[in-house]
Formats: sequence, C-alpha cells, structure tokens
Amino acid sequence: MNEVIVHTKRPDLITFTMPVVAVLGAMFGFITGNIYGSPWIGFVAGAIIGAAVAGILSKVTTIKSKKKILASAVIFGAVGFVFGGLGGLFGGAIIGVSMGWFGNWIGSGKYRAGVPIYYTSGQVLWHNTFLFICAFVLFFLIAPLLPVVWLSFNAENFFTFTPEMLSFKAEGYSLKHYRDFLGTDEWMVPLKNSLIIAPIATLISVSLGTLAAIGLSQSHVPGRQAMMAVLISPMIVPLIISATGMFFFYAPLGNWLEVNLGLNQAFVGYVKVILAHAVLGIPFVIITVTATLVGFDKSLTRAAANMGANPVTTFFKVQMPLILPGVISGGLFAFITSFDEVVVVLFVGSARQQTLPWQMYTGLREQISPTILAAATILVSVSILLLLTVELLRRRSERLRGMSPS
Amino acid sequence: MGDSTQEVVLAADGRPLKQSLRRALMRQKMRAVMLVAPLLIFVIVTFIVPILSMLFRSVENDIVANTIPGTVIELSEWDGSTGEPPHEDVYRNLFIDLFKAEEAKQHTRLGSRLNYEQSGLSSLFRTTGRSLDGIGELWQDPLEDIDPAFEDGAFWYEMMSGSGGEGLLEQRRGLMAAMSGEEMTGDVGFVPSQQIVEMLPWTARAYTDFAIWAAIQDKDTVSEEDPWESVYGALGMDLTNPETISAINSYGGPGANALKAAAENIDQLPQEGFREAFVAEDDDWGSSDIWGTIKLYSPNMTPGYFLNSVDLQLTPEGIETKPANEQIYTKLFIRTLVMALIITASCIVLGYPVAWLLSNLPMRTSSLLMILVLLPFWTSLLVRTSAWKVLLQQQGVINEILVWLGFVNDADRLILMNNATGTVIAMTHILLPFMVLPLYSVMKTIPPSYQRAAKSLGATNWTAFWRVYFPQSVPGIGAGSILVFILAIGYYITPEIVGGTDGVFISNRIAYHISSSLNWGLAAALGSILLVVVLGLYWCYDKIVGIDNVKLGG
Amino acid sequence: MQLIKTLTASTALLVVASGAAFADDHMASDMTLVSWGGAYQNSQVKAYAEPYVANNPGVSITWDESSAEAVAKLRAMNEANNVTWDLVDVVAADAMRLCDEGLAMEIDADEDLAAAPDGTSAEDDFGDLLVSDCFIPQIVYSTTFGYRNDMVPDGTPEPTDICALFDTETYPGMRSLEKRPINNMEWALLCDGVAKGDVYDVLETPEGQQQALDKLATIKDSVIWWSAGADTPQLLADGEVFMGSTYNGRLFSAIVEQDQPISMLWDAQVFDLDGWIIPAGLPEERLARVKDFVKFATDTQRLADQAKYISYGPARASSAPMVGKHAELGVDMAPHMPTDPENAKNTFLYNYEFWADYRDDIDAKFQAWLAQ
Repeated sequence: MNEVIVHTKRPDLITFTMPVVAVLGAMFGFITGNIYGSPWIGFVAGAIIGAAVAGILSKVTTIKSKKKILASAVIFGAVGFVFGGLGGLFGGAIIGVSMGWFGNWIGSGKYRAGVPIYYTSGQVLWHNTFLFICAFVLFFLIAPLLPVVWLSFNAENFFTFTPEMLSFKAEGYSLKHYRDFLGTDEWMVPLKNSLIIAPIATLISVSLGTLAAIGLSQSHVPGRQAMMAVLISPMIVPLIISATGMFFFYAPLGNWLEVNLGLNQAFVGYVKVILAHAVLGIPFVIITVTATLVGFDKSLTRAAANMGANPVTTFFKVQMPLILPGVISGGLFAFITSFDEVVVVLFVGSARQQTLPWQMYTGLREQISPTILAAATILVSVSILLLLTVELLRRRSERLRGMSPS
Repeated sequence: MGDSTQEVVLAADGRPLKQSLRRALMRQKMRAVMLVAPLLIFVIVTFIVPILSMLFRSVENDIVANTIPGTVIELSEWDGSTGEPPHEDVYRNLFIDLFKAEEAKQHTRLGSRLNYEQSGLSSLFRTTGRSLDGIGELWQDPLEDIDPAFEDGAFWYEMMSGSGGEGLLEQRRGLMAAMSGEEMTGDVGFVPSQQIVEMLPWTARAYTDFAIWAAIQDKDTVSEEDPWESVYGALGMDLTNPETISAINSYGGPGANALKAAAENIDQLPQEGFREAFVAEDDDWGSSDIWGTIKLYSPNMTPGYFLNSVDLQLTPEGIETKPANEQIYTKLFIRTLVMALIITASCIVLGYPVAWLLSNLPMRTSSLLMILVLLPFWTSLLVRTSAWKVLLQQQGVINEILVWLGFVNDADRLILMNNATGTVIAMTHILLPFMVLPLYSVMKTIPPSYQRAAKSLGATNWTAFWRVYFPQSVPGIGAGSILVFILAIGYYITPEIVGGTDGVFISNRIAYHISSSLNWGLAAALGSILLVVVLGLYWCYDKIVGIDNVKLGG
Repeated sequence: MQLIKTLTASTALLVVASGAAFADDHMASDMTLVSWGGAYQNSQVKAYAEPYVANNPGVSITWDESSAEAVAKLRAMNEANNVTWDLVDVVAADAMRLCDEGLAMEIDADEDLAAAPDGTSAEDDFGDLLVSDCFIPQIVYSTTFGYRNDMVPDGTPEPTDICALFDTETYPGMRSLEKRPINNMEWALLCDGVAKGDVYDVLETPEGQQQALDKLATIKDSVIWWSAGADTPQLLADGEVFMGSTYNGRLFSAIVEQDQPISMLWDAQVFDLDGWIIPAGLPEERLARVKDFVKFATDTQRLADQAKYISYGPARASSAPMVGKHAELGVDMAPHMPTDPENAKNTFLYNYEFWADYRDDIDAKFQAWLAQ
C-alpha cells in the first residue's frame, strides 16, 4: 500500500544497483560453490549473475514486482533442481526469491522508503542494517518453533529428522502424534487440568495483586519497601526451594480442609495447586500494575469522588479502565507462569491435578515422543489465532471510533 | 474556611485543621494498608513462612540429639583429640538409645544424616541396628539361665513397677516423643518404683522405654509383654556396679530373689563391656573418627551445611577447606552469576534493537511483530528447550546446514550444546521476551522529538542516541536486566537439558540435593546463599533505579 | 457495593458447585499407584492393573507418574503426615533409602506375597532379590550399552567388550553415560584392569575413586552425560553418539519396536532391580487394599505377563519359564531378557550396601570432577 506514496528516484544502475546486487550474488555464489568444493569460482559466477539479475530486473518495467520475484524464484529453482535435485530446488528457490526481492528493492530505490529524505547513504545503510538485525532477532525468537512444528508430523517416535522427512516423502510424515494428543486421556486430562488451574490462579493473582498495587501506589504507605519486597519474593526464590517449602504448607492445609470441612480430595488438590500458582503469578501483576499506576493521574479519582461516586464505583468506572492494559499484561504473565509451570506442580499437585507441563515433563523423561511437539504446535496455533483476533478486534474498534490507524 | 479563628485553623467540620489533616492522612494510610493487607497476608502465610521454615533446615540438626540423647550427653565429656575411643558409659547409652531408636525405625535415619558427613555411617547404623538384639542376648541368655523368672514378662512388670518414679516416666516419655516425632501421650499402665530407679538406674530407663513403647505405640498391656533385650543388657550394666550389688543384697521388694541370684552369679554374665560388644559387631565403633563426627554434629544447630556449601568443612580440629577434588559449590556459584550476567547481556544486545523497532513502528505493524515476541511465551519451556536440542546438537539442524554448505567439516562439527554455549543460547531465547517487554514499555514513553531536537542542534546520530535517547531508556534496561538476571539464576530445567557439565547452575545442585540425595539441609543452605545474593542485587537495584521503574509492558 | 455482593455470592456458589461436582468421583476404594510413566508403566497397567480391576470391579486405580521424585515426595508427605500414595514403584537403591528413612513399610515376604504355583515360598522364589526389608521386587533390568552398528568403522569387528567404551581409537564417536558415579565408576575400574570381585574394595578407597575418575577422564571430552532414561535412545537414534548406556528395555524398544540401526552389548551389564514399596503409616483399610493388590500383582503369572510388554526379566524364579511372546510384535521375549542365560554370561552385580554408604561422598567427588 505504501508503494503508492513513495516517489523515490531510482538509483543509478551501473554505479550502484548492479554492484550491490552483485555482492549478494557473490555471497550466494560463494556458499553454493562451497557445496561443490570451489567457493571462489562460485563467488565470481555469483557476482556476475547478481549483476545480470539487477540489470534484467531494472530493464523489465512492464511486469509487477511480485511477478518478477516469482519468476526469479522459478528460474533459480529450476537451475538448482537440475544440479542438486530436490534440495537444489529448494535452495535455488530461496536464492531466487532473495535475489529477485533484493534486486527489485535496491533497483527501485525502495530501500530509502523508511528514512527521511535528507539521510546520507551511510545513514541509509545503517538504517537498513539495523532492520536486518531486528529481523534476525525476531527470527531467532521464532526459529526453535519451526522444527517443533515440522517434527510434530514425524512418523517415527523420535525427535529426529528422518531421511524420508528431508526428502519430503509421504511415508515420513504422519498425523499419529496429533491423534495421540487429541484422542487419549493421557493428554486430554492434563489439558483440561491446565485449563482449570491456570485461569483461576490468574484470576486470584490479578484481583488480589491489582488491589495491593493500588494500595502500594498511594502516597503515604507505611513500610512500602518491605511490603514490596515480600510481594515480589515468589519471583526471587529459586523455584525448587519454593516447591519444597510450599509442599509443607499445602499438605497439612489439604489435610485440614479434607478433615474439618469435609471437602473432597480431588477438589482440595485443585485448590492447593491453584493457590500455589496464584502466589507465583503475583509478582508479575504487582510489577506491571504499579508501573502503570506511576503514570496514573490521581486528580481523576478526586474528580470522580467530587461528583459523588463512591470508591468502588470510582475504581471500576474510572481507575480500572485506565490501568487495564497493565492489568492485562500482568494477567498474561501470571497465566503463562501457571500454564508453563512444572516444578511446583510436581510437588504440590497429585496425579489428579496433572497439568500439561507435567505430562510433557514425564514424556520427555520417560519416553521421548513427538506427541509433545504436536501438543506444542496446537497450543502455538491457538495462541496465534487468539493474538490475531485480539489485534483484529483492536483495529476494528479503532475504525469504529473513527481513529486513523496510528 | 469561614469559621477559622486566629490561633487554630479549623476545618469545615469545626475540628482543628491539623488534626483533621492528620486524621485524613491516617485514613489514607489505613486504606492503603487495607488494600495491601489481603495479598500481603496471603503471600506471607502461603509463601514466606513455608520458605523460611524450609531455609531453617540449613542450620537445624536436632536429629542426633533426639535419636541418641543419652549418648550425646555422655559424649560431651569425651576428648576426641587423644585418639582413644570414648568411655564405656557412652557405649552403654548408645545401646539403650539405639535400641529404642531401632524399635521406632529411627536409627537408619540418623545413619543417613551422619553419612552426609562421613561415608560408611549409613551402613554402620543399619547393620548395628540389626545386631542390637544379639548384643542384648549376650546378657539375656545367662540371666535366664541363672533364674528362669527373668523369662517372664509379668515378673519383670512386678519387679519394676511401683510408685514414685513418675519423674523418670515423664522424662523418658519426652525423649521418646522427641525421637519418634510422635506425641506419645496416653496411659502407659506402668510407673517405675522409686526404689528400683535408685538401685537399678540403667534397667529402670530401659524398662521404662520398653513400657512406653509397648503401651502407646504397640497398644499392648505392659505386664503381658516380654521386655526388650535391651532391658537385660541394662541389668547387666547395673550389675557391674558394686554399690548396686550391695543394694540388691539388702533389697526385699518384688523380684528380690531373682536379683540376688543374678548378683551372686555375675561371673556367668559377659565379663566384657558394651564397647567390646559394639566393636565385635563392627570395628568402626572403636574408631575415634566415627565418634568425632558424631560429637561434632550433636548440637541442635550446625553451621555444617553452610560450610559445606562454600566448600569448607567442619572437622574436630576446626573449619577446614575441603579437599580440592571435592570443591564444587563456590565454582558453581561464580559460574551461575557469570552465566546469568552473560545471558542478561545477550538479552540486552538482542532485545534493545527489537524493542526500539517495536516502539517506533506504527501500531499496526508493531502489534503484529509483537506477536512474534509473545509466541515463544506460549510454547512450553520444555518444548522450547527440546527444540534447541534438535537445533544445536552435533547432528542437529544448524550443524547439518553448515556441513551441507561446506563451512564446517563433517568430522569436526561445532559443539553448540552440552556446554555453556548451549545454556546461554537456549536461556537467552527463553528469557528474551522478559527483556523486550519492559524495554518496549519504557521506550514507548520516550518522545521522538528529543532526539530530533538533538540532531537539529548539531548532534551526530550517535551522539543523539547515546546522549539523549539511551539515558532515557536506562530504566527499561534496568527492569529487563533484573528480571532476566533473577529468573536466569533460578532456572534449572533448561541447563539440565542443554547444559552438559559446564553449563549447569547452582540450582541444578539444589534440585539434586532435594530430589535425589535427600540432603535437604545442604539444599537449604545453598538456597539461602542464593537468596541472599539475589536479595542483595534486588536491594542495589532498588537503590539505584527504584523498583517502581520496573515495567513489564502494557 | 452491588458488584462486590454479586462477586462474593457467585464465588461462593462456584466453590460449592465445584465441590459438589468433585464429590462424586471420589470412590471409597481408590488406590494411587506411583510409577515411571511411559512404556514401563503401560506394561504394569496391562499386566497387573487391568486384570486386577476386572476381578475387583469396586476398585479404581489412579496412576501418578512420580517415581523419579518418589524419594523426595514421599519424605515430604511423611513429614507433613499426608501420605496420599498407596504403592510406589522405585529402583532397589531408592527402596533401600526409603527403608532407611523409615518411609517404607517392612514386609514379610512369606506372609504378604503369594507363593509360587509349585508351592515354593515367596521368600525362596524371590531369593537374593529381596535386597531390602521393604522392597518387593518386580523386574530385573540391566544397565547396558547400545551402539550404532552403522557407525562401526569399516573393517572393524563390532564391539563385544564393555571396554570398547574407552577405546575411542578403534570406535570413534561420542559416548553417552549417566550423569552420576554409580555404574560408571565400576565400568571404569573394570576396564582399568581391576578384577570383577575387587571392584568395590578398590572403590572404597580414595585412591580407587581417583583411579576410576582418571580412567573416565580419558574419554571425558567425548561423553554426553544423560539424566533421563529416554536420552540415550534419542541420542543413538540421532547418531549423536556412537554408544551409550541405558536400560535394556529402552534399547529393546529402539531396536525391535522402532527398528533403529542399533545393537546391544551384553557385557558387564549392571544387574539392578525395580519393584514396589508400600509407604509407611498407611491407615488399616488402605493397607489391606494395597496388600491384596500387591499379592496379586507380584504372583508368578502376573510377573511373567509383564514380560509380554517390556523386555525386563521377572523377579521370580518361577516366572522365568512362563515368559512368552511380545504382545504386539509376536517376538519371543526370552532372548531379550537380562535374565536369559545367553545374555547373563558376564554380568556385574550392583552392590547396594556400598552405594548406600558411599553415594554422597563419591557423588561429591564425581560432580566436582565433572565441573573441572
């Protein structure tokens, strides 16, 4: 969409575009040549091919840039296939896309799109390098998820890329781990448990944590530092110590609840794990909410009080909506803490409260099986959907409120 | 304000303003405290107290004094430096203490505890526990030969019981309760006779122990039960005392005949003492090393665990450093801190540009990119760690690609995991969102105009960034660093999986001592030190940056 | 205020409702069994639990996959006076420790366990395998080595000797060993010229311990240390290591069930036991129920049945002749058992007493050595 607005002048073909693309070509050439044992021949050939690609791309102006990139991918892929079979096809296609895109990006001058017009070329170079660094870091964040997704379709019971998988043969792939995950109590019961425990624990830590954070952010609080340190402590104590320590609190508590209140054993089990996880989530809520409250304008609550609102109304109608982002992100951290927690639940929980991480932990220890990866893939997909939905909803509400996309 | 007098300023309700303000302030404080109180109480009760009691185990050491109380008291007079084994009385007490501990299955616990300090004590206590009956029978058999009345439980009951010995009964009951960790309340149905207590002190103790155990733990009637072998052994101890012999000769109470018969025939009883009996079972009982260890660890509190956790040890000669081939903890502490610092630094290096990008892009793009940052969060830690394993191992994805591309020889593939590198890579990945989010929320609040102003005043890009932008983002770096650092220090599952030998943390050892070696005292000591280090850092951070500046996004 | 009231009321309702919902699924005769999870637990479910529940429809069995943390958890439960487990599957060394700590109940083999079909008493049928007063053996397993047969250099015979572990010249490649001194120290001494019968005498001395560590140091750079049972099969399947130690059942699964290019080395493998313990201090009613189950689950037929699902040898002498074929693959199981005479030609016996005494001390040295 931005293409319409950008009116950058095309850089000079001979002195800029061709040399720059040739550098990329040389790099690819070096790598490809290296596979066949002669990197320097590849280097030179790559540079020539790169310059040629740049030249062709800039001469052909009638075709849309997307089609140009596609064409380049097809050509490089085909050449790669001839020399290196299936692997070559993929490698070639990747090189083709990169070269096509890069040649186009440099050739059309779009690389200057994101920077002010007065930037020197050094600054532009830095700007784009910076973007590449960021892309690399984001790739680093996502990279481990790719083998997870891929291996979850493994037909074997190991975390290993089999030759069949690498040559994309159908017999190397299977949905059996998904069937194992979705079709057995072994995984569905822990999933259910996690979905019971994590939201309730989050609710407790968010509600108590928010109240306490509001209390802490008042102007005159006696012993503020000490209280803060106490509330942050669950994050500081090494988990294994917390786990054993908490066991000694929760086991007698469970006994007491069962004997004196006549509560059911399974129910008490859930209560114990939920409370333990709630404590672990509290520091995150406290930290985020107090941070949000630092910027909170107190005159708003005074204004509300002035107009006759009682403190509860003020809280829910005035303060809450404003600190909601902080509360939500604290809640998110608390939720993840519980949803991904394995050490404490191993001690405090019993078999009936087996959670998903617990099941994964025993799975990894006792019988490595890609079912764990299938579980992870499903969770990741669900969370992508959730996050995208939230984002779409946000955009919709922005549109409805007539705000221009910021 | 209309009604104010000249001296005292009054508020609207007629009270002096000062008082009114103070009340308002009080109310405000009260309200703040009321708001915090529920959570504070919740955290203190369900977290702080259990953790503190867990950490208290690092000095707690009452198991020795509880299990063999008489021995410990007697042993305090023994001088270990002579190299001589202790006095016969120590062995006598040991026999009586161990016998009841064996009945309560506590002696092996003591053995396990002392085995942490000296190898071999575990089996010493276990095997000795099995042979205690045999030691008792050395006296029981001749005594029963001398007078068959000794075979009869009812005879013993008649001889031992009487009145006036309540003091001894309650004393032994207390010791028994401390040893077994159970209440031991209830009617024993037996009171030792004062005369016997004075005349046969050892026997009275042993029999009272037996009576308490039989009545309360086994729920039997004392008079119907045959006494423990230890009672016969104890009678043997008493009969070695000439005063006792003369007292028996003038004694006329129940069982006088049998006692007199025994006193006359003491030459039929073993002539050797309990030291010889114990040494015959196991040579180690004659070694002053063993006794030195027991004596050293007999107080109720011990600095031993803390010393162990800094590679020192408690010896009878004082505090010494451990032999070089057993030193590990200081090294691990330093390694943990260094690695956590490296991880924090790499999180800053990787997280800073991304956070900058996120906070400077238009909302639509940045929230999409934010999903990429949050996604790893939604993948279980265990799964991410295993994924790194798949990527990093020698036959893993990264090495395969490098070999395929010809950059690395097939024979010398890079070793990326099972060492510190693996831990740093995987932990950086896992903790990176904890750095990006606080940075992002701080950077979001820095107005871009400052940097532009700096540039328009002639600053170069670098100066504008370094002198203007960077200082404003420091709170974000601080917040992210403290989070990442603290979390990194406490992790143990990831280092365990990818860390190999030189990528593991002190937490791994803590976990090992909790779940495998059962040396909870040492685990608690290591944990306490770690906690103190973290609290110290937290305190410094609070002084320098202020904990309020920690932001986690939002 | 309205809001608060509604909130409180609904929370209270929720608590009561969920309490009521959970009230139903608690059965009077519920038993919690603790095991390792995975294929091993599966074999127990098939061989013991399912037939038992079929005979006793009133009983329901909950499995807790906590055996790896059993010692610590049981100790914590015992201290808190809240033992929720009824029967725990542990290795013999852990059983011994639990017994020492007073956390496991002592059993009387002849009274609590069923006699063999030919009338041999349980005590004689289990024989030497009753290594602790609290331990009820189920299976015999071996810690042994698997190696990638496709990674043996051309022209070199496949290894038959445990000491191939230390011979990185002839058999290049990484090794995987368990991250603990137990077994590794013994193997090191065996391959350093110590006679089998003397291993523990040598290992008792500091010099002997150093000798073992020095021997291990010769391959330290090519060792990946594992801590979970599933690690070595995975490392072998990846080709990450040439040879690695693990339990023979894991190797059976990788070789026979998963069809990996792995072979097994039956030399100086360490015999070990796995079995049940009953936690100390169970109430009478639960104890009676557990004893009934244990009597059933450790009888001759049940132990032989378990071998249909996993290649661990039954702990009873009388079960050995009854071992049949694998339940799914139809493979004859006897040749895969560690108890098979062909496999047990040169075994190494684990010394429980020794390790109970020296575990902490040698472990401290071993870990310090690892960290160097």
